[in-house]
Amino acid sequence: MFRGIIDLKSLWPIGAIFIILLILPPILPRFYTYILALIFVTSLLAMSLNLVLGHGMIFQFHHGVFYGVGAYTVALMLSKTSLPMWVGFVAGPIAAAVVGLLIGWFCVRLTRLYFGMLQISLGSLIWAIVFRWYSFTGGDDGIHGIPMPPFISSLNSAYYFILIVLVICMIVLYLILKSPFGSTLEAIRDNPQRCEAVGVNVRRHQLKAIVIATFFAGIAGVLFVVLERSVFPDLLFWVLSLEIFIMCLLGGWFTFAGPILGAAIMVALRTFVGIFTEYWTLILGVILILLIFFLPEGVMGYVLEILKPQAREVAERRGE
Amino acid sequence: MLQVNAVDKSFGDFMAVCQANLSVGNGELVAVIGPNGAGKTTLFNLITGQLWPDRGKIIFKGEDISGLLPYQICKRGIARSFQIVNIFPRLTVFGNIQVAVLSQQRRSSTLFAPAQNLAMEETNSILESVGLLDKAANIAGSLSHGDQKILEIAIALGNEPDLLILDEPTAGMSPEETAATLKLIKNLASTQGLTILFCEHDMDVVFSIAQSIMVMHQGRTLIQGKPEEVREHREVQEAYLGGE
Repeated sequence: MFRGIIDLKSLWPIGAIFIILLILPPILPRFYTYILALIFVTSLLAMSLNLVLGHGMIFQFHHGVFYGVGAYTVALMLSKTSLPMWVGFVAGPIAAAVVGLLIGWFCVRLTRLYFGMLQISLGSLIWAIVFRWYSFTGGDDGIHGIPMPPFISSLNSAYYFILIVLVICMIVLYLILKSPFGSTLEAIRDNPQRCEAVGVNVRRHQLKAIVIATFFAGIAGVLFVVLERSVFPDLLFWVLSLEIFIMCLLGGWFTFAGPILGAAIMVALRTFVGIFTEYWTLILGVILILLIFFLPEGVMGYVLEILKPQAREVAERRGE
Repeated sequence: MLQVNAVDKSFGDFMAVCQANLSVGNGELVAVIGPNGAGKTTLFNLITGQLWPDRGKIIFKGEDISGLLPYQICKRGIARSFQIVNIFPRLTVFGNIQVAVLSQQRRSSTLFAPAQNLAMEETNSILESVGLLDKAANIAGSLSHGDQKILEIAIALGNEPDLLILDEPTAGMSPEETAATLKLIKNLASTQGLTILFCEHDMDVVFSIAQSIMVMHQGRTLIQGKPEEVREHREVQEAYLGGE
């Protein structure tokens, strides 16, 4: 399954980061453990969007809805039913994917900007329902104090749970991108007309990609509930969707790990600049302007661009 | 194999294709000629489903394919190249052809198998037959125009078509590249027994390799026949060959 697509040499820095992340929680203050876990959750969310955005050029403008649906599904099942806990955890991503299928089914009929606009309208509809349906969703108060199974009830255990789920999801997403499905998706991104001409049902392929992406957004939603034990309508609001979109662009939407970097930057900005001023988005705005002018491929895209010629040099030197 | 019967297509008031007729037999090498704006590309777009005809029938292997979508027509055995380079610029040369091969093998939706290990033999043999094997790892967008036009044909070959449609395969090529491309087309027709329908500006090219020629003028079919018949046709001489 992994034959030929994972280079063991390039794996060790990733392994090193993973081990550092494993030993950090007992050392770090609680607050930083929490921020790291939040970055993990947000990274998965951004990566799920980037599957369709960066690799499929599908303008999924309202990705937050699926995150919210996943979170609300698990929250409602854990707080309102007596079903086993794991049922809720599995139902979250599935519910997100089902909503993704429904909204996507309408949206893939349109292209680019119109796709995005229809998605914002349909997504906002779901937000409005969640926001208003007090008796069921708690309305704008949300749902708080959601019970968690004991093995993830402390912050540190939640941290480890989230980290492990994130790593598994990353591996699966990577495999998907390197599969025929992923390479065909990238071909559609490059040239949908030609793809149709070589026999690919472009719309159906895009719809499948949306369902997969929304499934992973649903997993991110479940992880959010594990971390926060509460849900609120802001999870489905378009502002959050825009933030996820920016994370992908910021980190580098044509790279695999770019969205993780973007998510880390965004969460860090909101947390640490947010301490000093509530206008942290002002700083974000300036960063975005600089980004558009100087790093159009995102931070990760820029880093890879710098690394590439060096790698080639090294290879050449070895050759001599 | 392919029968186009009295097909019309208009864009607003402009009749791009009007009463076009074309017949392509099994294993034939057929050319469509005509001045700029005669409707050649529109006719090809009608056959491969990028456009739908207003009237008329397009019969392929005994089945009316007008009104089908491009991917459905491709699955029935017609693959095409485009006049204006229409490739996957960010993918490698190998990846460009592999997309078509995977689609042909109905593996486009396979999720958990590394794509780079699949369809290698098929893709490499196509790369070899068109002479792009040494550029397999290059990013397609960085190829020269001539190579991109060759890649156009190679992508179409990835679908293992019964009928290959080439829209001005040598447009914008240098004389050397043109000669090489013609050799390639002839080869495909003779060694692989492919049925090929193409359109082309260069008269010498067409008359040297085509077995049957269809002449279009202002969207209409003037005549279809053997090269000698076409050459002697009075109307064709007036309209197109300039009474040579």
